[in-house]
Amino acid sequence: MKSLVTILLTIGFLLTIQACGDDETTDRRADVQQEEGLTEFELEHGIGPITERIEIDEEIDQDLLTKGRDIYEMKCEMCHNMEGRMVGPELGNVLDRRSPEFVMNFILNPGRMAQDHPEGQKMLREYMTVMPFQNVKEDEARAIVEYLRYYAEHN
Amino acid sequence: MTQIKSKKLRGILLGAGFVAIAAFVFTGCPGQQRMLDTGDAAQKVYVAPGEHDEYYGFFSGGYSGQLSVWGLPSARFLKVIPVFSQDPETGYGYSEETKPLFNTSYGFIPWDDSHHPHISQTDGDADGRWIFINANNTPRIARIDLVTFETKEILELPNTGGNHASSFVTSNTEYVIGGTRFSIPYEQDLDVPIDSYSDEFRGALSFIKVDENSGKMDLEFQIVVPPYNYDLGRAGKGPSADWVFFTTYNTEEAHTMLEVNASRNDKDFIAAVNWRKAAELVANGHGKTAPGEYYHNYYEGNQGYAISEQKNGVTILDTREIDEDFIYYLPTPKSPHGVDVDPTGEYIVGGGKLATVIPVHSFSRMLQAIEDGAVVERIDGIPVLDYDATIAGEVENPGLGPLHTEFDGRGYAYTSVYISSEIVKWSLETFEVVDRIDAYYSIGHLMITGGDTKNPDARYMVGLTKTAKDRYLPTGPKQNHPAQLYDISGDRMELLLDFPTIGEPHYAQAIRADLIKDNVAQIYEMEDNDHPHALRRIADNRVERDGNVVRVFMGSTRSHFRPDNIEGIRVGDTVYFHLTNLEQEWDVVHGIAIKGAQNSEILVAPGQTKTMKWEPNRTGIYPFYCTAFCSALHQEMQGYVRVSAADSDVPLTWRTGTN
Repeated sequence: MKSLVTILLTIGFLLTIQACGDDETTDRRADVQQEEGLTEFELEHGIGPITERIEIDEEIDQDLLTKGRDIYEMKCEMCHNMEGRMVGPELGNVLDRRSPEFVMNFILNPGRMAQDHPEGQKMLREYMTVMPFQNVKEDEARAIVEYLRYYAEHN
Repeated sequence: MTQIKSKKLRGILLGAGFVAIAAFVFTGCPGQQRMLDTGDAAQKVYVAPGEHDEYYGFFSGGYSGQLSVWGLPSARFLKVIPVFSQDPETGYGYSEETKPLFNTSYGFIPWDDSHHPHISQTDGDADGRWIFINANNTPRIARIDLVTFETKEILELPNTGGNHASSFVTSNTEYVIGGTRFSIPYEQDLDVPIDSYSDEFRGALSFIKVDENSGKMDLEFQIVVPPYNYDLGRAGKGPSADWVFFTTYNTEEAHTMLEVNASRNDKDFIAAVNWRKAAELVANGHGKTAPGEYYHNYYEGNQGYAISEQKNGVTILDTREIDEDFIYYLPTPKSPHGVDVDPTGEYIVGGGKLATVIPVHSFSRMLQAIEDGAVVERIDGIPVLDYDATIAGEVENPGLGPLHTEFDGRGYAYTSVYISSEIVKWSLETFEVVDRIDAYYSIGHLMITGGDTKNPDARYMVGLTKTAKDRYLPTGPKQNHPAQLYDISGDRMELLLDFPTIGEPHYAQAIRADLIKDNVAQIYEMEDNDHPHALRRIADNRVERDGNVVRVFMGSTRSHFRPDNIEGIRVGDTVYFHLTNLEQEWDVVHGIAIKGAQNSEILVAPGQTKTMKWEPNRTGIYPFYCTAFCSALHQEMQGYVRVSAADSDVPLTWRTGTN
């Protein structure tokens, strides 16, 4: 039964991509990905604009931290606690479970992560709600990661 | 027996009356209407699901006070933009942010009659930045921003009765104009006998300066003119761009039974105003300040409460006191209604609703007449030019009751004709009628896509009609007003579509969609939310008491409010729910409604803050909920407020998520 659902979902997804892809290149790439599954990077670090490992200094960047905290308090806290589950999972220790790139891709591309990524699909089943896109830019997602790093180090 | 006879007689008379009325009004019926000669009308208006129309159509709501937005040619209804009337669907005029927009020198006015939408222009072409619309009853002009499709500003016009000749813009949106259809005494509250009309009453032509960056309006000056009815206006184009033209009727100066008393003169006037010269006169100190109380309501910043500024005093130019000529009267038959300027700026067409011809004035001949001094008389200092010196032609056989004209930029004009319920197409070269087509029924304005500009994009024409009668499934004694879409790309006008609209679609404008749609906002960015009561940090959600005023700083996201349990409210409190929608996805809207609120719901767009006022008058538990179907867990998006007695000592508390 489960595999039937997966097949139907896959067919549905293929149809969607073919109908709505931005251009032919995207269509072809998506097809290839579907046939071959997600890339190793995507499986580990998520689907989205972050396609390679980012460099992160050992030391916390104070400016990034402040910026990240501001955005977190404005756009994330409605549904996430640092400790304990709420609408979404707790985030105080998220970097123990996920790579920074995975967290960034989830923030930047939550719809596709929930639909196409095995981890995203698993979380959708668990939390029963798709995380909304909160109009966070790439540099802002990076800043949120800095705040999450800081929080994990100090709590 | 007698009774039967009289019934029969009545039946015969009624029957005859009906036939006469039908012959008069129903100039066509669906079986005989002229549809497309070749091809398929349905195909021409078909826009596939998910595809977009080529044009935005903005139709005034007339007595609904609003502005409706349509996709053309499909006639898809897109939305109603509330302007002059409260709108419980969105909370416009009910939320604390929007209430100040309704303030006038007569108090809070929850309704008006909106007539003429006009899109802002750059170099004589519509630019899609703003759309202006007039309020006829309590004279005002509104500016709607076409990024958010929201009313951003409403300016009241003093010294004006019936602001009908409005809200037309000049070629570069230097000015938007207003005019008095019903002349009144100039200073407000001037308590005079009505029969002092000719001595005490005056007309006012308003020139509202528009800031080129922000669009903000400023009533720069009014021209005081004889007490006629200034009915419609249009700005010139190209060579005539420095001029605006107003029609007048009631040059008889009647103040009672105008139906008869204002229809006596063979000719009334089109007033030609050189606005650039008038503005220079004002700048050079020829104006004087007259009393005139009015309100100017607008937003400052990105969000927040509309500001109501009370003003007093207006700069006026009185033609009786100024030696220089800046306004001229062009005699025009007979009680002219519309005045329309062709795309070249040369022809000024009057719609003489009681005339047997359509008079066409020439702008260049008018300038020549002024230079030649072809003045037949002066009225209150205003030169009246010789009719023969300014007229370029008269269109014969236009039908009964020509009203309004628009142009296709290919040498043809299209005039709506009310009484004979038709549209006539005529040549600007020969002034001869070349085609005519029925309108269903009793047409007022018509509109050509991209019209009233230097470069009309004349593929379609919309006729805005006043009665539907048998055109659709019947819906009672009062039915919605229709509009008809015509194809005007060929030699003959062809009817494509007939659809009911909202309120009274008095006038409309249509603009190529690509001039607007790429600029339309999808969200209010939370970072730019400058509302004084916005929830900018989620952890700051709270309830504050100051005497009897309680403010709830509330956030919403799919699918909960924060806070959603509030206790310690007392009977007699005034509670403000400041709801910030913390979503940043396009079209994810949340709303709020609470049991017993003597108010409408409030809808809040993504990233926006809106405020609902609530004055609970009974103790109890009050559920509130999200009125927008926002997610699969929408039904769970609810909360409770506990209201205690006025002297209760239940402490003020709030919480979320701790059962």
